[in-house]
Amino acid sequence: MQYHLTTPVTPADLAPLHAGDTVLLSGVVYTARDAAHKRMMELLDAGEPLPFPLEGSAIYYVGPTPERPGQVIGSAGPTTSGRMDAYSPRLLDLGQSIMIGKGKRNQAVKDAVVKNGAVYLAALGGAGALMAASVKELEVICWEDLGCEAVRRLYVEDFPLTVILDTHGGDLYESGPVAYLSQR
Amino acid sequence: MRTIPASQLTDAVAHLCIQANTQLPDDIVSALNQSRTTEPWPLAKETLSLLWNNLEVATQQSLPICQDTGMACVFVELGQEVYIDGNFEEAIHEGVRKGYGEGYLRKSIVGDPLRRVNTGDNTPAAITVRLVPGDGCQITVAPKGFGSENMSRLAMLKPADGVEGVKQFVLDTVQQAGSNPCPPIVLGIGIGGSFDKVAYLAKHALLRPIDVPNPDPYYAQLEQELLSAVNALGIGPQGFGGQTTCLGLSIEAAPTHVAGLPVAVNVSCHVTRRASCTL
Repeated sequence: MQYHLTTPVTPADLAPLHAGDTVLLSGVVYTARDAAHKRMMELLDAGEPLPFPLEGSAIYYVGPTPERPGQVIGSAGPTTSGRMDAYSPRLLDLGQSIMIGKGKRNQAVKDAVVKNGAVYLAALGGAGALMAASVKELEVICWEDLGCEAVRRLYVEDFPLTVILDTHGGDLYESGPVAYLSQR
Repeated sequence: MRTIPASQLTDAVAHLCIQANTQLPDDIVSALNQSRTTEPWPLAKETLSLLWNNLEVATQQSLPICQDTGMACVFVELGQEVYIDGNFEEAIHEGVRKGYGEGYLRKSIVGDPLRRVNTGDNTPAAITVRLVPGDGCQITVAPKGFGSENMSRLAMLKPADGVEGVKQFVLDTVQQAGSNPCPPIVLGIGIGGSFDKVAYLAKHALLRPIDVPNPDPYYAQLEQELLSAVNALGIGPQGFGGQTTCLGLSIEAAPTHVAGLPVAVNVSCHVTRRASCTL
């Protein structure tokens, strides 16, 4: 199945999604990698507000290449999500709804996805040029000193994604290869 | 003695950094194209088509194929009869600085592994030099992304583990990596040598085009067997399941100690980049 979603999303928007479905996502998406996640944890520990509202939000794990003059964004494919496993459950508990990246997540993240009715979506790893084509606006909103890892507010249209972890406990990285091998 | 000005080295490296990040080598393009036809699993076939579209968009929009434009691994085969006029290593670092700046490539290098401050210009390069007879100078730039580099592994096996032990280690490495290294992957495998040498062999194996087999028929056969075994794992493009887990696999072997069987697997992604020129 293919779904069209617009951020911010609600649990009702995400409930129908199953691992292996595709999503065309539109609206605001925030970028953050390891360094930005670490700083967000420090803000939370200090009881200070985060740089963007978490409720129903989508965070994309990406560090784009610099944009040429006239381009909205450079190449912008996903980075390996596993490096964010230490931080994601806390953000999901606080309202983040969509994680976008590539690669396996640990059990704590899987549990937090189900518990909070969130999803983990894969962007196409290594397809940075293709992913960039869906990004229509970009603004660096904080931590410019982190360079490619600074937090950006993106506005995307029909961003092509695949559901990996769904609210029902599905995991495409486990079920996909098993389904292929069983029908081979 | 032939003299090559250091500035010529700098310009060549800068050009190769940009070329490698925007145009895939012919052998990788051809393998990816072929996999779109041979892949039987629908989601995998669709995914491979999107990866193909990405190559087209990168060309049309003058964008790097992947946003991780990598650590600049620079390999130089330097003729013994060449005199480099200037600072050899600094000339290469300067080439990386220039290429990553002018090419709008991402700066992904931190100056220290623990204190982690970005150097801001993607230097230093990882330089490997080999002295060869003659007065030529061949340069290869192979930018390496760390999504796949992080999935690479090395083991000091026992001689008794033999070829089966090597095969099992390769398969375990690919299985553990799963979706992380952006499959379909390319594998460089080193067998033999010492602890440091075997890692070099694996990295160097990635420089050989995947449509060129090992010249030794024994290892050419092993390459074929391992490629089939890896593709029978079912991981598929992006780890979504399917036949196309690995586009190609190269083995380099070297003499080793009577007591050892080192093996190293350097995992690379479908954006396996390399560009060469001869000065």
